[in-house]
Amino acid sequence: MTVASNSTRVAVRGPAIGTMLIAAVLLLLALAAPFVLYPVFLMKVLCFALFACAFNLLIGFAGLLSFGHAAFFGGAAYVAAHVVKEWGWAPEAGLLAATVVAGLMGLVFGLIAIRRQGIYFAMITLALSQMVFFLALQLPFTHGEDGIQGVPRGLLFGLFDLSQPLTMYYAVLAIFVAGFALIWRTVHSPFGQVLKAIRENEPRAVSLGYRTDRYKLVAFVLSASLAGLAGGTKALVFQLASLTDVTWQMSGEVVLMTLLGGMGTLFGPVVGAGLVVTLESYLASTSLPVPVVIGCIFVVCVLLFRRGIVGELMARLPKRGH
Amino acid sequence: MVSLLGIPPQVLFGQLLLGLINGSFYALLSLGLAVIFGMLNVINFAHGALYMVGAFVAWLLLTYAGIGYWGALVVAPVVVGLLGIALEKTMLSRLYKLDHLYGLLLTFGLALILEGAFRHQYGVSGQPYPIPAALQGGQNLGFMFLPNYRGWVVVASLVICFGTWFAIERTKLGAYLRAATENPTLVQAFGINVPVMVSLTYGFGVALAGLAGVLAAPIYQVSPLMGTNLIIIVFAVVVIGGMGSILGAIVTGLGLGLLEGLTKVFYPEASNIVVFVVMAIVLLIKPAGLFGRER
Repeated sequence: MTVASNSTRVAVRGPAIGTMLIAAVLLLLALAAPFVLYPVFLMKVLCFALFACAFNLLIGFAGLLSFGHAAFFGGAAYVAAHVVKEWGWAPEAGLLAATVVAGLMGLVFGLIAIRRQGIYFAMITLALSQMVFFLALQLPFTHGEDGIQGVPRGLLFGLFDLSQPLTMYYAVLAIFVAGFALIWRTVHSPFGQVLKAIRENEPRAVSLGYRTDRYKLVAFVLSASLAGLAGGTKALVFQLASLTDVTWQMSGEVVLMTLLGGMGTLFGPVVGAGLVVTLESYLASTSLPVPVVIGCIFVVCVLLFRRGIVGELMARLPKRGH
Repeated sequence: MVSLLGIPPQVLFGQLLLGLINGSFYALLSLGLAVIFGMLNVINFAHGALYMVGAFVAWLLLTYAGIGYWGALVVAPVVVGLLGIALEKTMLSRLYKLDHLYGLLLTFGLALILEGAFRHQYGVSGQPYPIPAALQGGQNLGFMFLPNYRGWVVVASLVICFGTWFAIERTKLGAYLRAATENPTLVQAFGINVPVMVSLTYGFGVALAGLAGVLAAPIYQVSPLMGTNLIIIVFAVVVIGGMGSILGAIVTGLGLGLLEGLTKVFYPEASNIVVFVVMAIVLLIKPAGLFGRER
């Protein structure tokens, strides 16, 4: 047991140091970024990056394409907005509630969908998330088309005033880093290895004695919770929870971010989210129709760059062990 | 006044008729999806967009070429079908050797492009499309009033659904198709051009969507968004019926349309989500869908 885990650790160490370096540089850049770029834009990027990383945990490491992740993202945004605005909870409690509710939703979705694979799984998650969309449209607490507006950001832990853009930014950055670290840890844990085994060859994982359904369910709940954390954070940043975040187009957008950056790579979704958010805010000031451009990128990615940007780069880099 | 369960019969039958019409569209669209899925193993996410294109082609023909409903009923499906064949030839056919999820993702991108382009050009407000002269007016059935056009839509889609089912399950061409679904290599070895058959199947499937678009044009407004929300319900129908099952698509489509109509009478708040609730229940009991095969 110890020997086995030691040897895997040795095998992993080589590339991990390089990745650590990259991560450290990126973190420094992220800490300095709000002095150069508009903080609200950066916070949007971080929220979507966490969302995409959470989604990537499923598609990239367990091979499950969920087409309903907007339900967790948007649903959690409503939860956070409601408990913070209407019940007057502290922001950290709001985020916790958002994460827990998204996790519970993920459990329900997972229990229904996990028995089916591939396209079937995608379709079922899509249909279930559409159910959440209609609930969000009709339930009284979501205020229908208006959404929950004017959500107060409040004081984080009663100390930090989140209405200051810079404070909010560093809070969001901390949330993102924590979520990313959790995903990193998960992927490199024995649990993550089993997920990869399931992705590569599920029957073989079953024959090795793994109860794959349980592993997939845990991964699904984890992914849903983190997507919820991202959604709740977004609700605090923009002080708004609205229908946009629950639509199936949003589920598609997170697929695009992950696909564009590179499925199954740790940094890919971050890069993809950054690019898509940048592109969208750039296109908004032009006369080009955003969905058409996004759709074209989608098609080009699927036809030509299936490994995504980070995936392509890593494939071109020589001497990688695995 | 006679009433059933406290509901006036006019209301009940009116909603049932609406449900039947919605069900006809569900059936037509999920039929096309089932045909495409059976043959190509692709979930055609662009189906709703192509349904919208069908309706728009009808509207464009009327506005710019003076071609009316009956002409559009023939031309629009052909246009949509040819567009589908072009898309299959140039894009989808490159993905068959990969995971089937890429087909879903590609068609999702295509749906974004089509809907985005039409929305950019025509805005979100719908364009009215007149009911053809021959089908205006309605029949008084004694217990309710039946508009002629709505009756026609139900009959037409039933005929098309049955015709497609018959062609696939009972004719030689259909036998080739089903055989190619099971084992394309073997069927190719018998001298049948499977790639062409695949293209034509995709073309036919989306032509059905285009046809549904023309049928829908006089009932709903011709709008770039008309396919967006419908398609998810249709996906749910396909999942409930069992993916790839022709009969499942037809029966479930009509049945769920009716169920939705009934829900509107007895518990209107739930009418939007009743389909998804049914889906969840069916999947918990029978994960392959009502008419699907376990695999």
